[in-house]
Amino acid sequence: MPQPEPALLPSIAPTLMAADMVALTTRRTMRWRPGLSVDGSGAPHSEIFAAAGEASGAGLALALALDRLDPEDRRPILWVQTRETARLTGRPYRAGLPAALRDRVIHVLADKAQDALFALEEGLHCRDLAGVLGEISGNPKQLDFTASRRLSLAAEKYGVPLWLIRLDAGRDLSSARMRWQAAAAPSAPPRWNSAAPGDPCWRAELFRARSHAPGKWILHHDGQTLNTAAPEARPHAATTAHPVGLVFAAGARSLAAG
Amino acid sequence: MHAGTRLADARTLCPQLAVAPSDPAEDHAFLEALALWARRWGPWSALDPPDGLLVDVTGVAHLFGGEAALLADVRAGFAARRIAVHLAIAPTAGAAWGLAHCPLPNGEKEEADPLARLPVAALRLDPAVLTVLRRLGLKRIGDLDRVGRDALQRRFRNRKDPAANPLLRLDQLRGLVAEPLLPVVPEILPLVQRRLLEPIRHRELLERVLADLADDLVRELEAQGKGARRLELGLWRVDGAVTIRSLECAAATRDPAHICRLFSEKLGEIDAGFGIETVRLRTSWAEQLAPGQGDMTAPEERPGTTLAAFIDRLATRLGPRAVTRPVPHASHIPERAQRWQPPLEPAPPRQEELRFHARPLKLLDKAERIAVLYATPDGYPKAFRWRGAVHEVARVEGPERIAPEWWRERSSARLRDYYRIEDGEGRRYWIYRHGIIGDGRGSDLQGGLPDWYLQGIFA
Repeated sequence: MPQPEPALLPSIAPTLMAADMVALTTRRTMRWRPGLSVDGSGAPHSEIFAAAGEASGAGLALALALDRLDPEDRRPILWVQTRETARLTGRPYRAGLPAALRDRVIHVLADKAQDALFALEEGLHCRDLAGVLGEISGNPKQLDFTASRRLSLAAEKYGVPLWLIRLDAGRDLSSARMRWQAAAAPSAPPRWNSAAPGDPCWRAELFRARSHAPGKWILHHDGQTLNTAAPEARPHAATTAHPVGLVFAAGARSLAAG
Repeated sequence: MHAGTRLADARTLCPQLAVAPSDPAEDHAFLEALALWARRWGPWSALDPPDGLLVDVTGVAHLFGGEAALLADVRAGFAARRIAVHLAIAPTAGAAWGLAHCPLPNGEKEEADPLARLPVAALRLDPAVLTVLRRLGLKRIGDLDRVGRDALQRRFRNRKDPAANPLLRLDQLRGLVAEPLLPVVPEILPLVQRRLLEPIRHRELLERVLADLADDLVRELEAQGKGARRLELGLWRVDGAVTIRSLECAAATRDPAHICRLFSEKLGEIDAGFGIETVRLRTSWAEQLAPGQGDMTAPEERPGTTLAAFIDRLATRLGPRAVTRPVPHASHIPERAQRWQPPLEPAPPRQEELRFHARPLKLLDKAERIAVLYATPDGYPKAFRWRGAVHEVARVEGPERIAPEWWRERSSARLRDYYRIEDGEGRRYWIYRHGIIGDGRGSDLQGGLPDWYLQGIFA
């Protein structure tokens, strides 16, 4: 490899590096907020850790998917489950899915974690899919760092986002760009019947992210069917701070970005 | 003896009778094959189930040296195959049918209007109509002419089906109205094979041969404007053993690389023995697939596979039932209101879901029984135990009563009262009480204490 001109090297390299570092720092310090990746940018591979006895993992994954996906996009979305997760938390129920995704779910039931990983990777290679959701329980040894790296690379190369739900799993080594811990949170009482369960609410912790600072939020999804309704249409719209419907009401932290 | 005679009666008359069970499907398939073979006497042929064939010989007879010679040739052809036939040539299909089924004596053929001598049974009519005509005393087609069109039209004015309307059949017989026939079209499914000089024993060579075969097959499919839905790969070993591998595609495909990739999943555990000498690739189900034209002005196509190819790959590896799509089904019972079907099949027609029904994000495969603390008979649940953990109920909404489907279930099936609940931690579940105490239902018809079940989990 030919050496570059020694006279040019000192003049260009420091400026480039400085610019890169500034960009990296601003990206790194930018706090995550709902609606950041509406344009399809952002991390294509996320992991959501959740307990198996609740559907908060799948709920948060769907909310994040709705937050990211283009509402005009009518391509199907893939939902991969192992038999074990289907037994633990049940299968997706069409009438309970968000209306935007109801007719678009393609479900894969894999016998083992290895088959599920194969299905996930094939799904990421498919250009006709809007996104891929995976549910894997525990820490199977097939899902090691190499496997998660393969998934990340495939998701980045083909531009198909992946939300991998890890049920009852330890926080093992992974190359996911954003890693969430999700748990159910008590919901806000609905307006007309305060004794009834309200809109879904999650205690979400972003404990590792490549482009964002970690943080904790309480997220809730507007609307009964997980759809992202415009805040003007909602009677209690005054309390919602964000137009996409994912609202965080974190305690002491600032709500503004940066 | 006639059709419909009992076997015992027939055996009484002829004890040496050979008996074979009836097989209508096989008979129909044989008739189809015969119809295709009969196209040697005319450009197209049609079926006349259960036992007839119609061949269009318009402008053909001179090739055989006249109509009589054509009929002789047909008779010889069927005789060589030991099939008894009644033959007739006529200007219309109806007349040919009538003459073949009700042959006229030789003397009557030379009369001025031989068709008028035919019995009314030659009109291809339903037995009920034939009975009516017989009771009216109309035995021959000439009798119908004598009655007159007006009378026939008045008597059978409500019969739209040709087989029930003698006037329509009469016009078809005379060629006054057109009678469209559905010709039999042979479907030649592509089949390609390679006989190998040197038997192959290694997988790399087999894949090479498979790739060549896939290329050949795709060329054949392209020529027919079709795409393969089901493919069969046959491997003939030197010692005569045959291995068949088949696969089915979610959508018609004409992509050799895709076909190769799907089959290479299935070549893993093939025992080549002393070598494979013949490889044959066959399409057993093909669908129309018009050749598409690439859009030159469109931006570069995005990388990745298509949805159909993706589904094929998953179905080959995980089994055909693994890839599905939830579709609604007409039922009130939650677990019955959803079915799973192959992802590319069209969704069944459905009603809009009721907006005020809150349904869980996930439904357990089988509702799990839980122990619930509640005020009998129909109070709100206060706490419940599920999978060994106790959940305090903080919020509750309900009941939503779903009655059993009486047209499907036994009278002892109990109703369900569904509650949406949220526990102290914010976890949301869908539970139901199966019955009410004293409702006189249940397995013992006593209406004992109802059970509680957890069926779904909300987001």
